[in-house]
Amino acid sequence: MRASTATSKSILLEYIIKRRWLGNGLLILVGLFAVYRLAVELINNPILFFQQVINGLQLGFVYALIALGYTMVYGIVRLINFAHGDVFMVGAFISFYGVTRLQLHTWVSSVFPSFPPVAAQIIGAVTVVLLAMVTCSVLAFTIERVAYKPLRNAPRISALITAIGVSFFLEYFGALSFVFSPNFITYKRPFDVTTWYLNKGGIASLQSGQAIPPGSVIFSNIFVIIVISSILLMLALQYIVRNTKVGKAMRAAAYDKPTARLMGINVDGIISVTFGIGAAFAGAAGMLYAIAFPQVFFWMGIIPGLKAFVAAVLGGIGSIPGAFVGALIMGQAEVLSAAYISTPMRDAIAFSILIIVLLIRPTGIFGEPTREKA
Amino acid sequence: MKKIQRGTLVFAIGAILVFAIIQVLLSLQILNSFWFTIIRIGAVMAIVSLGLNLIYGFNGQFSLGQWAFYAIGAYASADATYRWTQLHSALGVLVLLFAVVLSGVAILLIGRWVSRIRGMDALSQFALYLIATVLLVWVAVLLGKALDASVTAFLASLPKNVSLQIVFFVCIILAGLLAAEVSFLFGLPVLTLGSDYFGIATLGLTIIVKVLLDNSDTMLGFPEMKGARGMIGIPKITTWFWVFTFLILAIVITRNLLLSSYGRAIISVREDEIAAKAMGIDIAFYKTLTFVIGSFFAGVAGALYAHINGFLHPNTFNFIKSFDPLIIVVFGGLGSVTGTVAASFAWALVLEGFLRLWLPEGFETWRFVVYPLLLLIMMLLKPNGLLGNYEIAYLRNLIPPLRNKNENQTPPPPPLTVATDTQEVKS
Amino acid sequence: MKSRVLLSFVLLVTLVLAACQPAAPTEAPAAEQPTKAPAAEQPTEAPAAEQPASTEPIKIAMLVPLSGPVPTFGVSTRDGGMLAVEEWNAKGGVLGRKIEAVVEDSQCTPDPAVNAANKVIDTDKVKYIVGETCSSASIPVSEIAEEKGIVQISPTSTNPTVTTKADGTAKKFVFRACFIDPFQGLAMAKFATEKGYKTAFIMLDQGNDYVRGLAEAFEKSFTELGGKIVGKETYTSQDTDFSAILTKVAESKAEVLYLPDYYNIVNLVGAQAKEKGVTAVMMGGDGWDSADLDLKAADGGFFSNHYSPEDTRPIVQDWVKNYNAKFGSTPDALATLAYDATNILLASIEKAGVDDPVKVAEAMASIEWEGVSGKITFDEQHNPIKSAAVLQVKDGKVSFVASVAP
Repeated sequence: MRASTATSKSILLEYIIKRRWLGNGLLILVGLFAVYRLAVELINNPILFFQQVINGLQLGFVYALIALGYTMVYGIVRLINFAHGDVFMVGAFISFYGVTRLQLHTWVSSVFPSFPPVAAQIIGAVTVVLLAMVTCSVLAFTIERVAYKPLRNAPRISALITAIGVSFFLEYFGALSFVFSPNFITYKRPFDVTTWYLNKGGIASLQSGQAIPPGSVIFSNIFVIIVISSILLMLALQYIVRNTKVGKAMRAAAYDKPTARLMGINVDGIISVTFGIGAAFAGAAGMLYAIAFPQVFFWMGIIPGLKAFVAAVLGGIGSIPGAFVGALIMGQAEVLSAAYISTPMRDAIAFSILIIVLLIRPTGIFGEPTREKA
Repeated sequence: MKKIQRGTLVFAIGAILVFAIIQVLLSLQILNSFWFTIIRIGAVMAIVSLGLNLIYGFNGQFSLGQWAFYAIGAYASADATYRWTQLHSALGVLVLLFAVVLSGVAILLIGRWVSRIRGMDALSQFALYLIATVLLVWVAVLLGKALDASVTAFLASLPKNVSLQIVFFVCIILAGLLAAEVSFLFGLPVLTLGSDYFGIATLGLTIIVKVLLDNSDTMLGFPEMKGARGMIGIPKITTWFWVFTFLILAIVITRNLLLSSYGRAIISVREDEIAAKAMGIDIAFYKTLTFVIGSFFAGVAGALYAHINGFLHPNTFNFIKSFDPLIIVVFGGLGSVTGTVAASFAWALVLEGFLRLWLPEGFETWRFVVYPLLLLIMMLLKPNGLLGNYEIAYLRNLIPPLRNKNENQTPPPPPLTVATDTQEVKS
Repeated sequence: MKSRVLLSFVLLVTLVLAACQPAAPTEAPAAEQPTKAPAAEQPTEAPAAEQPASTEPIKIAMLVPLSGPVPTFGVSTRDGGMLAVEEWNAKGGVLGRKIEAVVEDSQCTPDPAVNAANKVIDTDKVKYIVGETCSSASIPVSEIAEEKGIVQISPTSTNPTVTTKADGTAKKFVFRACFIDPFQGLAMAKFATEKGYKTAFIMLDQGNDYVRGLAEAFEKSFTELGGKIVGKETYTSQDTDFSAILTKVAESKAEVLYLPDYYNIVNLVGAQAKEKGVTAVMMGGDGWDSADLDLKAADGGFFSNHYSPEDTRPIVQDWVKNYNAKFGSTPDALATLAYDATNILLASIEKAGVDDPVKVAEAMASIEWEGVSGKITFDEQHNPIKSAAVLQVKDGKVSFVASVAP
C-alpha cells in the first residue's frame, strides 16, 4: 500500500496507478466500443438483433454439451483432453450410421406400427443418441486405459502429448477409406425440419420458400431440440455429480486424490468412469451438432472441440454451470461479432474475450479463485 | 572446470565437423534438394523448439504461442527482403529497423521508469507500452521513408550478392527482435495467468495472428503479402550456413543463459514459484525474460524458414501446426537441449523423409496414421522423452533434472494465487 | 571464464572456416537459381542418361493432398488422374512406353508439398508432375518445377501466380487445366444479370484463394453489368455455423446469394439457409460439382462448371461411365480436371515425340486438346481457354442450363 516514492510523485499519477486507470481504461474503452456497436444495432433493427441472439443461443447450447465433457475430465485429472473433440466426431459418425445403415430411428414404428408416430420418432431418436453415447463411452474408456492411465505418474505434459497423438490417430485413421472415408458426408436427420416464426401475432410455421414476414423472429425445431436436450443432459450431469455415489467419489478425487484413495475410493476407476461419462456427452453432442449442421467428416471435431474447451475455460474449468454459461457466452460472442463487428475476426474476438475475462478473473467466471483442483 | 572446457571443445569441433560434412555432402549432390530442404526444416524447427523448451521446459510456462511468433518473424523478414529484391527499396528493412530499435529503447526506458514508481499493474503497463510502441512505429515509418533513398543507393553500390546477404542477416535479427517485442507486449498482461490458462491465451494469439495473416492485404495494409493467396517472390537464400550458424547460436545462448544466475532463477520459477519468490526472485521479470528470449528464437527461425521455399502461406501457421514444437520438445525430453535438437531433426526426417520413402505405394494416406502411433508408443515407453535428461558433455550438469511433478506427491503449484498475490504485494 | 574465451575462439574459427569456404554460403543458391537460365542445359544431360533405356516406363508424379484438412479432394484428383493413366496404358502407353504414376501426399500445405515435389524429382527421377490441387501448395511446387525444368500441370489451382512469376511473366514449365478465377465469376455474373437479378450477396472463405478470386471477379463483373452487391461476408473453412451471416442475407433481401466455395460448405450453407428463411437463389462455381453435393440443400441453385454431365460428346459420356464403373460415383470437378490435366500432359509427351521436359513444355503450350471440360488451348500465361457451362440443381438432379463462351 505504501508508495515509497510518494513524495516525488504527483498526486494525479499516484491516483492513476492506484486505481489501475490506465489498464482498466483500456478495457473499459474496448468494452464501451462493443456496447456502443451492439446498442446502435439493437436500436436500429431490434428484430434482426434478437434473431442473431437466437442464432447465438443455438450455437452456444451445442458448445455447452461438448464443454461439459471437457470440464469434467479437466476438473478431475487436469488434462486438456484434445481427443475429446474426436470422440465427438466419432459420436456424430456412429449416429449417422445408426440412422442410415441400421435405420434405428424408425425401429419403433416398424416393430409396433400402431405406436403414435411422434412418440415413435422420439424414441427412435433417443435410441440413436444412446447408441452414440455408449459407443463413445467405450471408446473413451479404451483410450483412457491404453493411452492415459500408464502415464498417470508421468509429467502432465506427456499425457497431453498422447492426447494430441490419440486425436491425430482418430482423425487420420477415420479418414481412411475403409473407416469413415475422407469424404464430406451429408448427414441424414432422423426427422424433418420445421421452422416457426414468432411475431406480435403469435407463432406460426414457415412454409418452405416463403419469405420471412417482416417484424418476426424465426426459429426451427432443431433449435428447440438442442436447447431442451442440452438442458436435460446438463441437469442429468449435475444430478450425477451432486447426488450419486459416483459423483461424490468424482468430486472427492477432484479435490484431493491421495486422500480420496485413503478414504477407500478407487480413484483410477473413477477417472475411467469420468472419461466414459464425458465421452457419452460428447457422443450426444456429436449427434446434435450433426443435426444442426448436417455434415459429418473426419475433421469436424477439432474446431468445435477447441471452442468448447475455450468455453469451459471461460466459464471456469471444472465447474459444470461454468461450462454452460461459458458456452453460451462463446456462442453469443461468435455470432454477434460475426454479425456486427467483423466476420473475419470472429475467432479472434472470441479469444480476446477469453483473454480479457481471464485477466479479470484468472480462473474463469465460475472458477474457484482461491485454490486449483489438484 | 576442466571437464566443461573439454566438453566445450568437443562441442565446437563436433559442430564444425557436422557443418563441414553436411556442406560437403550438399556440394557433392549426395544430399539432394529433398534431403536438403528437410535438414533445413529440421534445423529451423530445432531453433523454434529450443525457444519453446526455454519457455516451457526450463521456465514452466505452457505456451502454444510459439507458432505465432514464428509467423511474425517469417512475414516481417519476408516483407523486408521482398521489398529489397523485388522493389529495389530498402524501405522495408529501414522501417523494420527503426520500429524495432525505437520500440526496444522505449520499452527499456519505460520499463525502468515503471520499475522505479512501483505498483503499476500489468495491464496499465501494457497500455502504456502499447501507446508508446504505436507512436514509435508511426515515427519509424516516417524516418524510414526519409532515409529510404540514401540507404538504398548505398546498398545498391555494393555487389548484389553482398547486399542481399547483409539485408538478409539484418532481417533475421530484426525479425527475431520484432517477435521478441511483440511477445513482450503480449506477455505483460498474459503472463500473469496460470499455466494452462496461459497456454490457452497463447493459443488464442496463434489463431489471431493466423486470421490477421489471412487478411494481411485488406486489414493490415500489406498488399504484397497477398493475404490468403500466399506471398510469393521472397528470395530463396536460406543456406545451410545460415541455418546452422543460428542453430549453434541458439544452443550457445540457451546454454550460457542457463549457466548464469539468470538461468538458475528461471529454473527456480519452474520448480516452485512460491519458494522462488521467497528467495527474492522477481517472478514476473524472469517469466517475461524467458518468454521474450524464446520468442526471439521463434522469430529468427521464422525468418530462416521464410527464405527456404520463398513462399509463405497463412495455412503454414495454422494453430494445429503449433503443436509441432510442443510435440518435439516433449518428445526430446522436457528441459533437455540435446533432446530438443535431436528430436527436431528426427521429427523432420521421419515425418517428411523416411515415412515418404518407406510407406509402400497405395499407403500414402497412412503417413499420418503411423505418425501418431509412433508418438503414442514413444510416449508410453519413454514418458520423459526420447533422451530424458541426457545432455551432451557441453551442456551436461548445468541443469537440474526436471522434477517429476507427480500430483500424488505434491499438488501442482497454484500459480493463480501467486499471480494475484504479486499484484497485491506491489500495490 | 576460460571456457568462454575458448568458446569465442571456437566461434571465431567457425566463422573463419565458413568465410574461407566462400563457396559454402553462395553455393546453394547457385545450385538453385542459375538453372532457370540454362534450362536447356539440363535436358541435354537428361536424355543422354535416359535414351538407352527407352523401354523403361515414363514416370509421372501426382501430388495430391491425401492427408490434411481436405484429403477427399486429393482422393478425387488421384482417382481422376489414375484413370487417365490406365486408359493410356491400355492403349499401349506413350511413345511406346508404359506410364508409371507416383502418388505423393502433399497435404494442401506449402512445406509438405515442397518435400513431396523434391522427393518425386530427386528420388523417383520424375520429369512430369500433375498437381497440386490447392494453389497454396501448387505455387511453391511450381517454383521448384520451373527451376529444375520439370513440367507441371496443376488440375485445379486457380491462383494466377501458379503459372506466372513475381514479375508477371509466365513460367515456362507450369500449366493449369482449370479456369483462372475471373472467367467463372464473369460467367456467373453474366448469367445472373441475364436472368434479371439485380441484387446479390457474396459469401466467401477468407482463407481460400480460389473462393476469394471467384468472389472478387463476380463482384466486379456484376457491378459493371448494373447489378448491386448488397452485402459481402467472410467465414473460415472450418466454420459450420453460418446463422449470423445467413440472417443478414435474409435481412438484405438479396436476390442472389453467390457462394463460390466447395460442396462441403455449400451443403452446410444450403441446409441452414432454408432454416433461416433465405429465399435468395444460390449461385456458385465448379467447386459445387460433386457427387457429395447435397441436392436437397442446394436445390434451386446454379453453378458454373467445366462440362455438363448431359453433354452428348462421347468423351464426356465415356468419362462419366468409366469413372462410375471404377469408383462407384459420378466424378466431381476435381476428378474431371485431374483426368484432363493428365491427358493433356500425356498427349503433350506424345506430341513432343521425346521424353524431354523442354520439348514437352513447348508442345503443351501449343496443344489443342479435346478434353472432358471442352476444347482446351493455352494462352501465353499458360491458362486454358475453354467455355463454361451453367448447371442448375433442381428436384434432386443437376441439369444443363446455358453455356458461356470465354
